[in-house]
Amino acid sequence: MNATPSATNGPAVNGAAVNGAARRGSALAPAERALDIIGGDLTEKSLRLHLEGLAGVDAVGLEERAASLGTRSIKTTSKAWALDTIIRLIDLTTLEGADTPGKVRSLVAKAVNPDAADPTTPRVAAVCVYGDMVPSAIEALGPWHGDPDDGRISVAAVATAFPSGRASLAVKLADTADAVEAGADEIDMVIDRGAFLAGNYGLVFDQIVAVKEVCRRGDGSFAHLKVILETGELNTYDNVRRASWLAILAGGDFIKTSTGKVTPAATLPVTLLMLEVVRDWHRLTGERIGVKPAGGIRASKDAIKYLVTVAETVGEEWLQPHLFRFGASSLLNDVLLQRQKLTTGRYSGPDYVTID
Amino acid sequence: MNFLDYAPAPESTSILNLKKSYGLFIDGEFVKGHGKPFLSISPSSEEAIAEIANANSTDVDAAVAAARKAYDRTWSKLSGADRGKYLFRIARLVQERARELAVAESLDNGKPIKEARDVDVPLVAAWFFYYAGWADKLDYAGLGPNPRPLGVAAQVIPWNFPLLMLAWKIAPALAAGNTVVIKPAETTPLSALIFAEILQQAELPAGVVNIITGAGDTGHALVNHSDVNKVAFTGSTAVGRAIAKSVAGTGKKLTLELGGKAANIVFDDAPIDQAVEGIVNGIFFNQGHVCCAGSRLLVQENVHDEVVDRLKARLATLRLGDPLDKNTDIGAINSQVQLDRVRELSDIGEAEGAERWSAPCVIPEKGFWFAPTIFTNVSTSSRIARDEIFGPVLAVLTFRTPAEAIAKANNTQYGLSAGIWSDKGSKILAVADQLRAGVIWANTFNRFDPASPFGGYKESGYGREGGRHGLAAYLKGASW
Repeated sequence: MNATPSATNGPAVNGAAVNGAARRGSALAPAERALDIIGGDLTEKSLRLHLEGLAGVDAVGLEERAASLGTRSIKTTSKAWALDTIIRLIDLTTLEGADTPGKVRSLVAKAVNPDAADPTTPRVAAVCVYGDMVPSAIEALGPWHGDPDDGRISVAAVATAFPSGRASLAVKLADTADAVEAGADEIDMVIDRGAFLAGNYGLVFDQIVAVKEVCRRGDGSFAHLKVILETGELNTYDNVRRASWLAILAGGDFIKTSTGKVTPAATLPVTLLMLEVVRDWHRLTGERIGVKPAGGIRASKDAIKYLVTVAETVGEEWLQPHLFRFGASSLLNDVLLQRQKLTTGRYSGPDYVTID
Repeated sequence: MNFLDYAPAPESTSILNLKKSYGLFIDGEFVKGHGKPFLSISPSSEEAIAEIANANSTDVDAAVAAARKAYDRTWSKLSGADRGKYLFRIARLVQERARELAVAESLDNGKPIKEARDVDVPLVAAWFFYYAGWADKLDYAGLGPNPRPLGVAAQVIPWNFPLLMLAWKIAPALAAGNTVVIKPAETTPLSALIFAEILQQAELPAGVVNIITGAGDTGHALVNHSDVNKVAFTGSTAVGRAIAKSVAGTGKKLTLELGGKAANIVFDDAPIDQAVEGIVNGIFFNQGHVCCAGSRLLVQENVHDEVVDRLKARLATLRLGDPLDKNTDIGAINSQVQLDRVRELSDIGEAEGAERWSAPCVIPEKGFWFAPTIFTNVSTSSRIARDEIFGPVLAVLTFRTPAEAIAKANNTQYGLSAGIWSDKGSKILAVADQLRAGVIWANTFNRFDPASPFGGYKESGYGREGGRHGLAAYLKGASW
């Protein structure tokens, strides 16, 4: 479904060692989308001109719009649909140093059967783990492993020296290749925020292109690439808009807010802004890019605000697993409690849902 | 199912405790009027809400006499600190009864409950809190030592923000030590009558505020009453001009807040998504029934098509319908009369060659409705670019340079407000400096704060409401 970047390892790998000033006129990896939009003369300079030519973002106005979308009142049948949809869009996540195969099995069991008391509960979209846990996750999923659009569950792996991204490109590529080889369906990579903030947009671009190339499997298909911008470190909305465009131009299938390891993680205004970029990209090219807010979304009430924001910004067709995800862990149980309340009319409590 | 067809989320009207008929609030009590009572109807359903008393000249005499007595015997003798206590009490009661007031306002006016709830009523409370704070600090308002009140203020307010306009009038008048006779608009008296109950609850001394209902005749009798010292009017320029004539030479102090045809200027370096939101908020907030609405969009020619495309896409997502549904964005037009005027001017716009586009809304069968509409290809001489429509209709014009934008923005008989959208601060300041309008918003629109003065240039009126300036309108010796 995505443009295949015919990237070479050449400029990307070498680029990591060269500083920004020297790179200014140098050619970038010829990612197909960027060639289409920016033109054949794809250099650090032309990329910079493109990103810096994007319209500015007024912070007050953006936050006001997000707040006003947050006042939508989602009741009765709409609420029931929203709760089920949230579950279908969750990447159930464990990203701890203490993760073990046992913990991953437990997470997978929860992903397959979120509410033991109610078999009508939908399954989540994916489980998201560190790269070395991919085999455990696939094994535990067994027959449930597959495409979330078909009601199965994908395995997503964080890669590229997650969460900081502070490693050489060679290490990042090896990290990614390991996860893809182990069978990960989706790769959640981090961008080099240091390079971005230093103004080395081309370096960030080339790295994404290189990682995308490593997502190519033996049969020619690709693991889906989610590009984590870590918006909490980019700090300004103008930066978030530029990084979103950069990640899409370089070939990302999804743009994702955060690692969950930095505060603030996902916020509604940041997600709205990224959705606006995705909407503009769709207007420009007809191509649909996914968005994944991750970290800090714990309550159903908040998650519903995200659904409203998606539906009113890019359209409700985006509320499908291949176009929108929540990166979350504790959100699932809150949604289950709300779901039980809709069925029984009463609130239960934390002991009426399972921990993973 | 379609998620975007949100399930109905109506705000309940059970919080309202409406009477079948309402009298006039004179000297602290509800009394019968001597004119022929009329019905207040809900513009979204055309159903009657309550019967409302109609004040004739006898009733106006009684109300002014009550205000005079209260001024002489009670209110002018109270300390500023004590006046402030009453105002603080009113502000808190408005907050306590906020939901009830919001529901009444939405029902009677037709505005979406989310606006009544999130904008109108919170601002009403904010206005009373703000002026409560001034009541004992008038010596420090920069109007000289020991400034004195004027006496009895006659106030006539419009139907677009019934309760907020009441607060804008009553709060500074009382803080400055005046007593008040106020007449709400005949189509929207309900929230003012609930406010009268709040005044009783606050135990405000009888006669300090008198609320009389009626139509144009009542207002005419009130502003021309020989025993009022101050006239404050918000409404149309035509009526304002008539009031100015009749008040001339009487020694009554006068403030007028009249019409507008504000320019909302979008430069090519604007934050485009926020500018589109600002355009929507500028003209479609409260169905465009806003005197400072950004009804003329001046957009730089090189971004015209993109802005208009994005604007249409955004307008297509607006929800028009039951004002009491919490997800409604566009409510009902306030009256048949107003709907006729909006239709007439829109038809004229089309006849004059402008290109009309309306958002694809389903229009309910009953009630008064008008889909959000924009006109492109509008010339500066077109009537829809000159006349105040006071409805959800936007005229889009273009400009090429900042100088042209300023010239076109100022080329109007009005001068109430204007908006500027640009990411470049120095440009905003330079342009704002040359716009002849009372309020200039930069990268926002229709934002109100009690600390900020509000008022017009030219035919938009004179005098300022809000802030320290708003006190001057109710004190002797001040410049207006």
